[in-house]
Amino acid sequence: MTRKQRRLVLIGGGLAVLAVAVALMLNAFRDSIVFFNSPSDVVERNIGPGTRIRLGGMVKDVSVALGDNLSVRFEITDGKTEVPVIYRGVLPDLFREGQGVVAEGALDRAGLFNADTILAKHDETYMPKEVADALKKSGHWQDDYAQRAAMPVGGGAR
Amino acid sequence: MIAELGHYALMLAFGLALIQGIMPVVGTRSGDAVLISMAAPVALAQFAFVAMAFLALAFCYVTSDFSVLNVYENSNSQMPFIYRLTSIWGNHEGSMMLWVSILTFFGALVAVFGTNLPAVLKANALAVQAWIAAAFHLFILITSNPFVRIPEAPFEGRDLNPILQDPGLAFHPPMLYLGYVGFSIAFSFAIAALLEGRIDAAWARWVRPWVLGAWMCLTLGIAGGSYWAYYELGWGGFWFWDPVENASLMPWLAGTALLHSAVVMEKRGALKVWTILLAILTFSLSLIGTFLVRSGVLTSVHAFATDPARGIFILGILVVFIGGALTLYAWRAPLLKQGGLFAPISREGALVFNNLFLTTACATVFVGTLYPLALEALTGDKISVGPPFFDLTFGPLFIPLMVAMPFGPMLGWKRGDLLGAAQRLLAAAVLAALAIAGAFALEQGGPVLAPFGIGIGVFVMAGAVVDIVERTMILRLALPVALHRAVGLPRSAWGTALAHFGIGVTMIGIVGVTAWGSERIAEIKPGDSLEIARYRVTLDGVFDRDGPNYQDTVGRFTVHRANGELVGNMEPTRRAFPDRNTSVTEAALMTRGVSQLYVSIGDPNRDGSLPVRLYFKPEVLMIWLGAGFMFAGGALSLSDRRLRVGAPRPARAKAMPQPAE
Repeated sequence: MTRKQRRLVLIGGGLAVLAVAVALMLNAFRDSIVFFNSPSDVVERNIGPGTRIRLGGMVKDVSVALGDNLSVRFEITDGKTEVPVIYRGVLPDLFREGQGVVAEGALDRAGLFNADTILAKHDETYMPKEVADALKKSGHWQDDYAQRAAMPVGGGAR
Repeated sequence: MIAELGHYALMLAFGLALIQGIMPVVGTRSGDAVLISMAAPVALAQFAFVAMAFLALAFCYVTSDFSVLNVYENSNSQMPFIYRLTSIWGNHEGSMMLWVSILTFFGALVAVFGTNLPAVLKANALAVQAWIAAAFHLFILITSNPFVRIPEAPFEGRDLNPILQDPGLAFHPPMLYLGYVGFSIAFSFAIAALLEGRIDAAWARWVRPWVLGAWMCLTLGIAGGSYWAYYELGWGGFWFWDPVENASLMPWLAGTALLHSAVVMEKRGALKVWTILLAILTFSLSLIGTFLVRSGVLTSVHAFATDPARGIFILGILVVFIGGALTLYAWRAPLLKQGGLFAPISREGALVFNNLFLTTACATVFVGTLYPLALEALTGDKISVGPPFFDLTFGPLFIPLMVAMPFGPMLGWKRGDLLGAAQRLLAAAVLAALAIAGAFALEQGGPVLAPFGIGIGVFVMAGAVVDIVERTMILRLALPVALHRAVGLPRSAWGTALAHFGIGVTMIGIVGVTAWGSERIAEIKPGDSLEIARYRVTLDGVFDRDGPNYQDTVGRFTVHRANGELVGNMEPTRRAFPDRNTSVTEAALMTRGVSQLYVSIGDPNRDGSLPVRLYFKPEVLMIWLGAGFMFAGGALSLSDRRLRVGAPRPARAKAMPQPAE
């Protein structure tokens, strides 16, 4: 083979692998993307039962009810709209009423959100960015959400 | 006083970095030998001052000086000594200090050990290293100063994020940074070569040990982080395809490709232009990783603080360095001379195959990680790209790579014999087929493809063994002769075989635990038991225990085999930290061979029952064991005489590399 032919083989092979990769990605994008929604979005966008979404907001105060067999019900709110959620399993360490949460799952026909994953993790000052944005949008953001626990005891810093 | 000293040392280091970044380049342009020779001593001085700043911060942490804001926010005098030390980098400011400390440490290493480098290349490389350092010094001084004081010192600190109060913090970030930042050496040498406009095989010989060292550290850092997440987060996942994890995986993939293409360049003088590009891309991905993790565009356990100024600053660094490097590459790379010829079926061809698939796999991870950010910036839609995306893209691209891996080392340079290699690998293929049949027979359930995954893992492992068997001819020659050959084999051959073996081990671990792991989630009372995979796990009772800065609620479990034989006890814990008003789960692990039993608990209910998550994780330890093999393989190669001693000689012989055309 000449240098030119060898280079063609290389470039051709490279393009073929790249094409396969692009095809794989497009295919995967079709099935495995989950959109984030606030409770208001769920109503406004008319999200139907069975569509997998991420639902984020605050865990509504005094809404958490523990049921049998590790099931738990609570409501996620963005200040305007509430969506009832049911989840079966052990809640994350930092799941608490009045704090930010993101649940992944789908609505059933009765409008109950069946979550299979609850994200409320990492830090007591943690506020999922999506939740913060959603709260700001609905006008229920309070500046002290993020640094409520971060304030020093002994007065102003810096 | 000490904090101010640290702050001042850091400013001096910034000044030195500017000198180190400008003077040697001026010297190489004007041919001034004095300016050229400045690079090394200034690099040493810069490292000394950064080390001083880091030690000053360490001093503040160890002595619990809460008048320093950073210490107050992230430490507590009740914490054990080791956590007071590791909490230095358990926050944004401190971790950036660690970053520049390692960066300047590598610069100092080049200055000390690079005695056999051509003076101009060394001066230019150290200058590039200093540009990076200067940018990050400035970043720390302007946006992330760890030495800020509080006017009225509080009595007690706010404690470290409980999830980070773990030995993993002592190990994972430094190793990861050694890897990330280690690739900066390859980057600096690549830029230096482009500035000079010429490059030869000796370049690859100088750069390869640095790449290898960085790659080893990154491998251990990723594996360590994965094991930490596995036992700390309480549900036993070892990889989440979280953007932050992907940020470390991308440089690893590109670095692995670089490691292999540098071999071709060193041995055959081919793939020069491509290797330079990979060196630039690998460190660029490290920078992007730093940006993703530190800028606050992602929220995760690693995003310690979200301050838009920081994000924009790092983005600026990113644009300047990556954009600048790629521009320089586009401008100067055509000047570099093309290297040797090779047939598609050859060792070079195999390494090109490796590079092609590794970089493509890296690209899919890149798209999956950054697409949500790009989409949100463009349309405002918030999406998440989860594990299914990566399973469907990364997986299919990695499998051909694994299947091809044993063939590579068996092919000759320039022109290889694929049929011959296949014949020699027959034994490995037979073993793989047996493993597939065995997996089908022994394991019920699980995905149909899983036994084939095991088969590929076994094929890779057996292929590495066959490689050594063939090289030593142990089956054909008398044993003493073969042993002599084994001793005489270059250590890099052993290293290659060991690292490839490790990939197979990791593959089996991943397939095993994903396909055949089982879980039980239940609320049980003392006396109740749960059955899982041949074991019976009984809750004996729940009791409290006090720690230095936390209180534990411990569930005590007894594990029996199904036939009643006692295996041992497990004590998963809920650990409450009053200063942070949080609690975390400390899972209990019991190792059975390479498999593990895994128990974590929630807070006890009022009726005395305890929420329990019980997992059986078959072959899970092989995931990290494989990483250990990869590290050991890298270490063996690094100790190869050809990389250490042999390096200077061809360099001197070719004191005048042929100039670019």
